Amino acid sequence: MVITRKVEFSASHVCRNPRLSDEENQRIYGMAANPHGHGHNYVVEVSLAGDPDAVTGMVLDLKDLKAILEREIVEPYDHRFLNYEVPPFDREVPTTENIALDIWRRLEPCLSDGRKKLHAVRVYETSDLYVDYFGETPCSA
Amino acid sequence: MFRVTRRYEFAASHRLHSGELSEVENRQLYGKCNNPHGHGHNYVVEVSVRGPLEGATGRAVDIAALDEMVGREVVGPFDHHNLNREVAEFASVVPTSENLGLEICRRLKRNWKQAFPGEWPKLEKIRIGETSRNVFEVGADEIE
Repeated sequence: MVITRKVEFSASHVCRNPRLSDEENQRIYGMAANPHGHGHNYVVEVSLAGDPDAVTGMVLDLKDLKAILEREIVEPYDHRFLNYEVPPFDREVPTTENIALDIWRRLEPCLSDGRKKLHAVRVYETSDLYVDYFGETPCSA
Repeated sequence: MFRVTRRYEFAASHRLHSGELSEVENRQLYGKCNNPHGHGHNYVVEVSVRGPLEGATGRAVDIAALDEMVGREVVGPFDHHNLNREVAEFASVVPTSENLGLEICRRLKRNWKQAFPGEWPKLEKIRIGETSRNVFEVGADEIE
């Protein structure tokens, strides 16, 4: 069984790699390379795979999941300039892919145990663009 | 491994009518969708692409390259057009969402290597919604 909970945060970022020239950054990232930054209302969907507990009937108490998502995602990310305030984006480009990867790394140790595991992290940068990350294993349909 | 999904829209008209069936059978089968004057939808297409992170860019997919191809092959030729009359493939194939999904997938596969010459990223699937209530999904591996 897979359960999914959604959280949102608003943040600004710049997509540019300091190892590349201004022209290359502009070509690769387009408007997102504007050095002054710009922002999004990000939506994150976190999915856990597991079996319901025999006593509670729950894969994970959603109150607990909510608290973990608040602590691990919303607190560090919400209303921040990612490049300046949220490591590893002082050295990694805060693309949607890298944000999904970072969220996975923050959540995985808190959520995976013998009975359940983190299944997927979906990050919407806008309603027209989202990224799914499934960990190191190849993703399935 | 990442899956990046991009959402596109186009508005188009169509008529569901099969040359293999009689007028009565067409009306029974397709109902309102058989109206001889046609009707339209705001179609939503999601294109899902799979690939590893590219170290230098921090991205799995060049979205501008994807937008260019989908714009040229799908949104441009379909948007504000009559699918039966203006898209050659639907002159003889009924433009159901199933067939539209297959045609979109075929167009993207045909042009994929030109836009993305490397091993990655790969087209994984497309989803097409005729309305928000009906969504059709086609895996890239399902077709030639």
